[in-house]
Amino acid sequence: MSDILILAIESSCDETAASVIKNGREVLSNVISSQIDLHTLYGGVVPEIASRKHIEKIDQVVNRAVSEANVTMDDITAIAVTYGPGLVGALLVGVSYAKSLAWALKKPLVGVHHIEGHICANYIENKELEPPFMCLVVSGGHSHLVKVVDYGEYEILGRTRDDAAGEAFDKVARAIGLGYPGGPKIDKVSYEGDPCAIEFPRAKVADNEYDFSFSGLKSAVLNYLNSMEMKGQSYVQADVAASFQQAVVDVLVGHSMTALCEYGFDRFAIAGGVASNTHLRKAFEDECAKRGITFYRPSPIFCTDNAAMIGVAGYYEYIKGVRSGWDLNAVPNLKLGER
Amino acid sequence: MKILGVDSSGMVASIALIEDGITKAEYTVNNKKTHSQTLLPMLDEISKMLGEDMSDVDAIAVAAGPGSFTGLRIGSATVKGLANALDKPIVPVSTVEGLAYNMWGSDRVICPLMDARRSQVYTGLFEFFEEDDRCVMNTMLEACAVPIEDILEKVNEIDRSVVFLGDGVPVFKETIRNKCKVPYVFAPAFANRQRASAVAALGEIYLEKGMTESAAEHAPVYLRLSQAERERREKEQDE
Repeated sequence: MSDILILAIESSCDETAASVIKNGREVLSNVISSQIDLHTLYGGVVPEIASRKHIEKIDQVVNRAVSEANVTMDDITAIAVTYGPGLVGALLVGVSYAKSLAWALKKPLVGVHHIEGHICANYIENKELEPPFMCLVVSGGHSHLVKVVDYGEYEILGRTRDDAAGEAFDKVARAIGLGYPGGPKIDKVSYEGDPCAIEFPRAKVADNEYDFSFSGLKSAVLNYLNSMEMKGQSYVQADVAASFQQAVVDVLVGHSMTALCEYGFDRFAIAGGVASNTHLRKAFEDECAKRGITFYRPSPIFCTDNAAMIGVAGYYEYIKGVRSGWDLNAVPNLKLGER
Repeated sequence: MKILGVDSSGMVASIALIEDGITKAEYTVNNKKTHSQTLLPMLDEISKMLGEDMSDVDAIAVAAGPGSFTGLRIGSATVKGLANALDKPIVPVSTVEGLAYNMWGSDRVICPLMDARRSQVYTGLFEFFEEDDRCVMNTMLEACAVPIEDILEKVNEIDRSVVFLGDGVPVFKETIRNKCKVPYVFAPAFANRQRASAVAALGEIYLEKGMTESAAEHAPVYLRLSQAERERREKEQDE
């Protein structure tokens, strides 16, 4: 059987990315053009600026992915593209480009769910991993606890009711003067702080024990900062960061361990940008080890947005026979497991 | 010479193929459906109808702005993908020039008006003069984003009869009636919105002049900063 090569394109937020994936799990190239410096000026991603940058970069990024993979456009079996969820203007650049490229090259097109991509990032470095397993997806826009039933088949056990975990990191980082992007900055400064210095709430959601809520925690941090200011006292930035982060980690780990126990899974994976947080990774390593659960986590480069993960997800959709039409549209609020 | 034309700069989505001075196909739709859902199916339809896969076009002409930011990017991303796959040059055509070219041969001053929101229009001023056996379009005022009153003032200064066209016409009809002091007319249904055949025909002229871009180089010309950049600059100027 000849090799299946997927050219994948991702532009759902602020990275323009393209990748070539061989037979579903081998990364031949993984090109990422990040706009982070541009958005740092504004303290967060500006959708219109992100879209403008995507259109400037997409052609170069795609061509580099193909050339770094040492293949030609003709060798490509199918083209996969993220069509949601994400910023609609940003998604449309990748979707429109991928469609016309596939049309002109006479290649099949496969629309891919961004979160499904994050989950599939775990397949890249763990060749033995196959469904079923449980996965926690945590990023700037998403917090999902998911049962991966089969390739392309998911059951969502819990999701955030308000802010995504990564969003809370960004907001708290801004409030304590760390700036954007919040995740890596809080991760780093927390090593100098005491995670037990301040007792922030670990929120439970009444009607679904697996749902998350991070807005209360964010408010608690802001209230703490305010009260310190009112009292004319200074706060220790590293302590606030570490205590906040510990509260997030406790909730994520707590929910995941309860679910693993209840559903009897012995394999657990994390995915998404927040999954590159070193404290979270350590906490999961320890807790999984205690329970004899095999723990999977992608390398940080496959946690943050990339196209390799889209290529992996696209491969499994492709071999299942999924094909997208030329009318494929960007769907900013696309739900996991829906088409 | 064979040119594929694409325009998704406003409400209209339009695709055309012209070859040796003839429009072989044109598909224009003006409705609310997003261009992302219409543009490529339209190209596919034209391609099937003609039995041509577009691999032998000489260039791809695109309405490159100004216009709806998202619309421009859908068109731009689409032609970039095509140009990359087919290894063809892109010919960017100013959206207002493409719109003005619909009025080919008119003795009047041509004033395209595209609704740019915030009481502004994307506009420009054009005229035609004869050269040998055809008309050539001359730019009197380059594409710009200005308040409707400003362009009407310019039109009055030139003091020639004028034709208005574009999606800004229904929006600013009252202002035109009140403020335009020169004789004016409005273009009819078949020519008063973006048409990819006009973009392709102008594209052919620009191609002959070598005004092309590679797929990597091409990006829309917005004529406007994003809101965030604008606010940041205003803030910096205040400080």
